[in-house]
Order: sequence, then structure tokens, then C-alpha cells
Amino acid sequence: MTALPMEAEILTRREESPGLFTLHLRLTDSAAQQAYRFRPGQFNMLYLYGVGEVPISIVSDPREARHIGHTIRAVGRVTRGLERLRPGDRLGLRGPFGNGWPLGDCEQRDVIVVTGGLGCAPVTGAVQYLMRRRERFGHVNIVQGVKHADDLLWREQYECWDRMPDTTVLIAADEAGPLWPWHVGRVTDLFDRLRFDPAQAIVLCCGPEGMMLAVAEQLQERGIAAERIWLSLERNMQCGIGLCGHCQLGPKFVCRDGPVFSWREIAPLLRVRGR
Amino acid sequence: MATDCTLVAELRFLAAADRQRLIEALREAGYAVHGPRVQEGVIRYAPVERIEDLPRGWRDIQEPGRYRLRQTDENRLFAWAAPAASLKPLVFPPREILFHARRDADGRLRFEAADGAAPKLAVLGVRACDLAGLYLQDRHFLQGAHPDEAYRRRRRKLFLVAVHCAHPADTCFCAATGDGPVARYGFDLAISELEEGWLLEARSHAGQEILDALPTRAAGETQRKAAEAAFRQAAAAQRRRLPGGDLPARLGGRLDAELWQAVGRRCLACGNCTAVCPSCFCHAHVEETPLTGARTTRLRQWDSCFTAGHSLLHGRPVREDTASRYRQWLTHKLSGWHEQYGRSGCSGCGRCITWCPEGIDITAEAAAIAGEEA
Ligand code: SF4
Ligand code: SF4
Ligand code: FES
Repeated sequence: MTALPMEAEILTRREESPGLFTLHLRLTDSAAQQAYRFRPGQFNMLYLYGVGEVPISIVSDPREARHIGHTIRAVGRVTRGLERLRPGDRLGLRGPFGNGWPLGDCEQRDVIVVTGGLGCAPVTGAVQYLMRRRERFGHVNIVQGVKHADDLLWREQYECWDRMPDTTVLIAADEAGPLWPWHVGRVTDLFDRLRFDPAQAIVLCCGPEGMMLAVAEQLQERGIAAERIWLSLERNMQCGIGLCGHCQLGPKFVCRDGPVFSWREIAPLLRVRGR
Repeated sequence: MATDCTLVAELRFLAAADRQRLIEALREAGYAVHGPRVQEGVIRYAPVERIEDLPRGWRDIQEPGRYRLRQTDENRLFAWAAPAASLKPLVFPPREILFHARRDADGRLRFEAADGAAPKLAVLGVRACDLAGLYLQDRHFLQGAHPDEAYRRRRRKLFLVAVHCAHPADTCFCAATGDGPVARYGFDLAISELEEGWLLEARSHAGQEILDALPTRAAGETQRKAAEAAFRQAAAAQRRRLPGGDLPARLGGRLDAELWQAVGRRCLACGNCTAVCPSCFCHAHVEETPLTGARTTRLRQWDSCFTAGHSLLHGRPVREDTASRYRQWLTHKLSGWHEQYGRSGCSGCGRCITWCPEGIDITAEAAAIAGEEA
């Protein structure tokens, strides 16, 4: 049987933009708190009393596993309910689930992080992780695509990363006004400006599936091996532990075998529409 | 390839007049006994008390989209094929509680596990196809990193009395999947049914104890031969089969085939096939909140990949049309299961063919899509 949720308390809440917010949680049971460990790219099932559960990826740093950070977009019944919670409120938490990013494999390599869409939580945590341990990695490329310039979150954060040594920050918006300092167009337009050695570089990507397909295909064409291109997928998830069947993509259970997959493993499945 | 229908175990003969003794022995050993019964026009597992509760003389007619019963004056209790439901509802109920949540006055949450008691349960008359189906459910619910406790509790309490099958329906193809008609594993006791009584074989310690409590005598060689001949005939009578070769690879190359659209137009997306299939495991988590909101209940209930909700992501289904959902169902059964659990997810029970209102036939669709004549 699905394990019981643990009770978690909201420590802090930050509004990132309308409908997007970050909660920091702490498990209320001290033994559970001690035992809780996670890897960036894993997710929790958050339970809102009387409403239901949603899978939400963990954005905070694994070194501080007692404070569990989640950036959440209020789009459905549960997430709109979570949006109304305030510090001190309680919710249920099951997790962590899934495999997470291969951050160990990123060490000594050039890293390309490509994100599409608003505040793409699964990689935000990974980028923070890389930047806090900057010396362990080669050249870090951070590529972010948004639909509209106004959608860019954490702008100061990107500017700050851009000033770090051996780091390239590239941002593209499909639409932007005259004051937009970055590129207008798609993220893939920016790939000529990436700095990496294809023989060893590693890619972490998340965003809409169409965008991930294009990114993976183009970076593979630029010489990066398919097994070093990693994508974080989303599917309907209800159990998080490979039982309910909703997250299946071909023979994969995205909750359990993923959500992070290598392009080599997942390309044939992702290329089929409506899979 | 001819199906192996030999009976290798030691066989004991129980005369027809003594069949009631099996139910008694099981009850004495503390089991609630379920067996096939005629109810609402179908044969299905239900509690039985006396041997007269079993469908003596009943025959079934199963065809694509059709199920009928007729009565004969035969003395057999198992002269029919797959019952309307498999063992699945007994180990994986259509709806069950996951946990309760309570919220006290100052907002603290408490989670309580559902009541976990599972009774000892014996099931009479289980076919080889359904033992294979149970094996498939076991693989899914018990053998991953997060084994399902509620399933395990019920599963451990099961005592299974198999019936080697001498009466396949037109929809059956267990001989082709390699799962029948003779049960090879997963049972405690097995019955080979003859007009004059049963040949019994024990496969487990618990099965042997029950067998020892029955007034049996050694079965004769003629009886064994007669039973084996009936099973061979049962295998030979089956006309359906799945396409051969490396089916996962063959289907994998046909994911864009036009034929999915054709079957998608016929399919009503009713989900009958997923409900009756012994291997389908999908379930939805749902919340039940009473009006007085001090305690809520989280449940899981059977779901089907034919619903839009099954693949819902950010408000839209990943699998938008019926064609893509039928493709999910068929390729999961015949291809995905191999990678997930090491074998096909189909045991050839034929239920999805019988219970499809449109009579869509998995064997015909698989053959057409894999590119061969059915
Ligand atoms: S797919 Fe059809 S024939 Fe195969 S096990 Fe399921 S219900 Fe039976
Ligand atoms: S995905 Fe479909 S075919 Fe597979 S187990 Fe679930 S309901 Fe059955
Ligand atoms: S979320 Fe239930 S199987 Fe993956």
C-alpha cells in the first residue's frame, strides 16, 4: 500500500509572480526530518487536506534536506488550494520519488542547462546546485527560453550567474519589447554561442516536450552523445511509486524510471505523438 | 507447436458424490470459500457453501461481444471457460481505502492507515489463464521497490484450487500464449474434472493437507489418459492466436500505422476490456470528503487508459483520441509488459473479446497491425 503521507509545515512562502509561488516545508516529525534525503530532480507528492495530491519537483539544495523547497504553479484544484496556504499551515508529503539529475556525472564536464517555459522548477534546483559547487564543473551554460519577455523570472539571478567565471547565460524570448537585452527567438537559435567540448559535455533539459525534442536533436547533431543528454519529463502522476499506471510512456513508468531520462533511452518513445 | 497437456503429478480420485467434502475441508481449515456461481446471467466467483451452489451442467457461449449461458444435464461443475471476472477483484478490489486524514482544531494533520485485515480465502475453479493473470498482478504489485501491503495481505491468504481446462470458449487463446489449458504453477490444489468425479493433485503444503483430508483413492491410468486427452482437445479447439515472432519489436515498428485510426473509430472507449482483463492494474487516487470535514478518506479505484483523465497533464490528455488510447492498451499488453515484467501482459483469457460491445478482437487487431492476416 502507498505509504502514508508525512505531515509537513510551511516555513516560508514567496510569491514569484502571479500564480507562481515557492514554499519551504519542514517535516513535523523529527525522526522523519532526520531520515529525509533527496537529490535535485526528484519530486514529492504534496497532499492538500480534503482535496488531493500533486507531484511537485524539489528545488532546494539537498545539503539542507530539512528544508524542502517547492516552486508551484497554481493551475489545478490542488495547486490553487496550495496557493492559499500560509506559513504555519500543514500539508501532507510523500517522497522523495523518481531518480533525479545525474549531477555526479556532471563533475569535470562542461554542462549545458536548457530550460523552456516559466520558472521551470526541475532545473532551477539543479542550476543552484551547480553554482554553489562551481569549481567541480567545467564551463556551465545556462540557456533559458520564455514565451514573452515579461515571463522571465529571477532576472537578477541570471544576471548574477552571468558574471560568474566560466559561465555563459543565454536567454531567449519569443516576443519581447525594445528594451529586452537578450535574444528574440528560440533557445535553439542560441546554440552557436554555447561553449562546450562535445566529447565530454553533458546536457540537462526541461520544458515543453516539443522544445526538448528540438534541443536534444540539435545538441546531438552538434556532437553530444545521446546518453549524455538528459530530459526531465512530466506525466499524470497519482502514486509516484510505479503502481497506479498513469505516468506510463511506452514501457517506462515516468515516476519511477524517471522523471529524468537520457535521450538515448527516451527518444524513440518521445518521437511518437500521443504516447 | 503442440501444447503439453500431460499430468505429471500424483493424482488422487474423488468421486462426484464426495465433492462437497472439498468445501467442508476448506472451511474446517479456516477458509472462506468462493467458487463459480451463476448470478445475473454470468458465471462469476462468489461465496459458496454447498457444492450445489456451483454451476453444475452449465455451459457458456463466448464470442466477440457476446456471452450466454445454457444448462445441460451433465454432472460437471466446470464445463465452461473463463468466468466473467478473474481473480483480480479479490486481490485488487475495484475500490479501496488508502488512508484517512484528520485535521484538528489548530490545523495539525494526522494520517491513519486503512484497516488491514484480510480473511483466509479459498477460490475454487481457477483457470490457468487466471493463474497467469494473478502472476502478472503479483509482478506488478509485489515485486517493485514499493510492494503494495494491502495486496500482499490479501494475496498471502489465498488458497487456489485450479481446474485444468477442458472447455475453452471460442474467445480463448491460452494455448497460444503458453498459459493453458493445463495449469502449471500458482495453485495449491488442481482438479481434472471427469464425468464421474475429480482427479486431484496437490502443489503446495497447504494443498496437500486439504487433499489428505478428503476420501480419495489413487486415480487410474485410464482416468489420467482421459483427462489428458480432454485437455489436448481443449488446446486444439482454440482457433485464436497472437502473431508470432518478436511481437514487441513488430508492434514497436508500427506505432504510426493507419490501422490504429481504424480500430479507434470502432472502439467506444468504454473501458470494459481493462476492467475484465486480469493483468490491467491502473487505478486512480480519489479523495472523499464528508460534509463535516474533520476526516477525509483517500481511496484508489480502478481506472482505464481509455479515459481522458488517465493521461491528463496540465488540463489536457496526452492521449487525445481513442486511437492513441487503444494503441496504449494493446501495446502495453503485448509489448510494454515484456520490458516491465519479463513477459506478455496477456494470458489469453479472451475476456476483452467477449466483453467488448463492438466485439473488437485483440488477436485480430494485433495481427493486422503487426502486418499479418488474422
Ligand atoms: S488482453 Fe484480453 S485476452 Fe489477454 S489477458 Fe487481458 S482480457 Fe484476457
Ligand atoms: S495502461 Fe491500460 S492496458 Fe495498461 S494496465 Fe493500465 S489500463 Fe491496462
Ligand atoms: S505515478 Fe503512479 S505509476 Fe507512476
